[in-house]
Amino acid sequence: MMPEGPPTGGRAHRDLERYAGLFASRTRVMKSSAMRDLMAITERPEVISLAGGLPDTSTFPAERLASIMSKVAADSSAKALQYAPTEGMSAVADCIAQVMAEEDTVIDPSDVLVTTGGQQVIDLVCKTLIDPGDVIIAEAPTYPGAVPAFTAYQADVVQIEMDSDGMRIDEMEEALERLEREGRRPKFIYTIPNFQNPAGVTMSLPRRRRLVEVARERELLVLEDNPYGLLRYEGDPLPTLRSLDGGAFVIYLGTFSKILSPGLRLGWAVAPVPVLQKMNLGKQESDLCSSSLSQMFVTQYFAEGHWQDYVLSLRDVYRRRRDTMLDALAEHFPAEATWTHPQGGLFVWATLPDYIDTTDLLALALQSNVAFVPGRAAYLDGRGGSSMRLNFSGVDEHAIREGIRRIGEVVREQVGLFATITSRPQSGQAPMSAPEPAAIDQELADVLHLPKRDKRERRAE
Amino acid sequence: VSRVAVLKGGRSLERQVSLKSGARVEDALERLGHDVVGIDVGHDLVSRLRDVRPEAAFICLHGRDGEDGTVQELLEIVGVPYTGSGVSACMRCADKVVAKHALRDAGLPTPDFFAFSEMAFKQLGAADTLPAIEERLGFPVVVKPADQGSALGIRFAPDAGAVPAALVAAFSYSQKVLLERAIDGRELAVSILADEPLPIVEAIPLGEDFYDFEARYEIGRTDFACPAQLDDDATARVQQLALEAHRLLGCRGLSRVDLMLDADGKPWILEANTVPGMTETSLLPQAADAAGIDFDALVARILQGAS
Repeated sequence: MMPEGPPTGGRAHRDLERYAGLFASRTRVMKSSAMRDLMAITERPEVISLAGGLPDTSTFPAERLASIMSKVAADSSAKALQYAPTEGMSAVADCIAQVMAEEDTVIDPSDVLVTTGGQQVIDLVCKTLIDPGDVIIAEAPTYPGAVPAFTAYQADVVQIEMDSDGMRIDEMEEALERLEREGRRPKFIYTIPNFQNPAGVTMSLPRRRRLVEVARERELLVLEDNPYGLLRYEGDPLPTLRSLDGGAFVIYLGTFSKILSPGLRLGWAVAPVPVLQKMNLGKQESDLCSSSLSQMFVTQYFAEGHWQDYVLSLRDVYRRRRDTMLDALAEHFPAEATWTHPQGGLFVWATLPDYIDTTDLLALALQSNVAFVPGRAAYLDGRGGSSMRLNFSGVDEHAIREGIRRIGEVVREQVGLFATITSRPQSGQAPMSAPEPAAIDQELADVLHLPKRDKRERRAE
Repeated sequence: VSRVAVLKGGRSLERQVSLKSGARVEDALERLGHDVVGIDVGHDLVSRLRDVRPEAAFICLHGRDGEDGTVQELLEIVGVPYTGSGVSACMRCADKVVAKHALRDAGLPTPDFFAFSEMAFKQLGAADTLPAIEERLGFPVVVKPADQGSALGIRFAPDAGAVPAALVAAFSYSQKVLLERAIDGRELAVSILADEPLPIVEAIPLGEDFYDFEARYEIGRTDFACPAQLDDDATARVQQLALEAHRLLGCRGLSRVDLMLDADGKPWILEANTVPGMTETSLLPQAADAAGIDFDALVARILQGAS
């Protein structure tokens, strides 16, 4: 560090440029994006935000929190205030085994690494497996929060299309073939099989089977991110990849965030032992251990034996909210829009006509005090420009209805405007109102997905 | 030592950038020994100003409200001297269409353009004029919101088929949009300080990268050359033109004039900004630095010009 003098006035020094020469090269790919700046505006109190991924923690009784905390204080104050083992307290691993058993996934608690939220698992897996330029296979769209982690480790992410049955495993296999021909070996496949974030779709059983088969055949790891598995509102539960695979090639990511509280910052990984050991070392470097206090809280909470009841109550609340959102979408979104019908989880993924860019739409929506996540956040390659992620867990039914109504209004405005603009007569060479679908796709792709312009076209502004 | 209110944040889409500009200016003003009060501009702006009773307001607001004369008008009424341009110049510069008309009327070069309100499309059949406009401007055509300060909403339409979606995007940010002939050339920015042009900054997108909203505020996405590699004659012409635009539009003290230099060496004025960014990647501080004016001195000079 080389400031000429001590910082003045106690104000944190914000002169980034002065330190620019010290930043690691990987920080260059950590994006402080326009979208993030737009998203910052969504935090204004008057904005109905369908942008977050927040569980509704107001459903957890405050007196319950108080009684658990006082019990922890009374019984194990010193332990709760002390460091914990890096791998986590064994009592918590037992709780985790219970949660996983709920999805018919049997594990040995000694194979658990307790982490600081599920997000840390993503970070540790990348830290353990990814050298710059290594390939990660992910879904298209993928969890927007994984994108910065992948890019921070300078991974090359190949995104595989999804349909209503989840990731297209056939396309994934083609991609793997192609990568092999190019001499590139992917390190892991990242998937959220249940009620995917952001798409809301669930991977079918045949695809789950095939995915773990492919992983075995090719000796590839799968990172199964399963934060919402217990939040199913309809349909029959499907086996986890971990249970299908028996633990040979699947790294399982779980979390207490959506079934209890994200404020606890507790998640976990269950992984093949050699991988787990490396991740353990990685965690040691990062934060030594996760919060002891949180772990004691979870232990006490599970000991009281009502954790499933709370999950059931969440299911009721979120099911109603999902239904409200789906009804509101049907009522307020134009016929040109499509959206997914999630059987669980927290998100609906809506796709608008190609000519609407949801990043621009967000600017307009913010004027009506409503927000969503623009689809582009879920891709690393500029796709997703016409889609949006809508969260139904974080706000109440009234706000969902009103929020969707407002978004529907701005979408209709843009649909109407586009129709007005394109209704102009044919004239001269201008190919206008009814171009070939392929042609318009290409043209729109050029405009909507922020293409790399050639030098001829660039300009200052 | 005097009490200075730094106005930052606000509700514009450039809020985050404004907060960064404001934070750096606050640091500098403190180092200069001023009593600094940062105000995140909101409903309570007028009452805060009356409470704080600053001797001057340093405006670090970008985009709507802060750069279009709204906040300046309030400061006039409350009687607080402020940095930068007055109400009318802010209004002229914030609306690219108004600014370009003024430039064109005065015979200053600005790329050919046409502008429409949303109403013109909805009620007056403006869509019927698009083929003629496209013929006149050629492709690619640049489609811009009239009063969005950053690159948000700006699209290059490579052909007629891409124009409608580009218009829809631009109308997301503004009631009025313009279609402008794209100039093929170098991107230049001339910052004006104390009514004198500073060294020219050239923005050079890295590799295939393009100069967009993200690149503009991030380290490492765009290379900036300052002073731009231009011969003395071209430098003088570009600086003189920027100064003429600054004066014509009625800007006071500081501004940043963005131009394109085409393949034939002819400069074209795109727009003038009355509240240039003061972030770590902003162009005005770079230009000042090249002129031997460090950030604190720059802030001091801008404050001096408050009235």
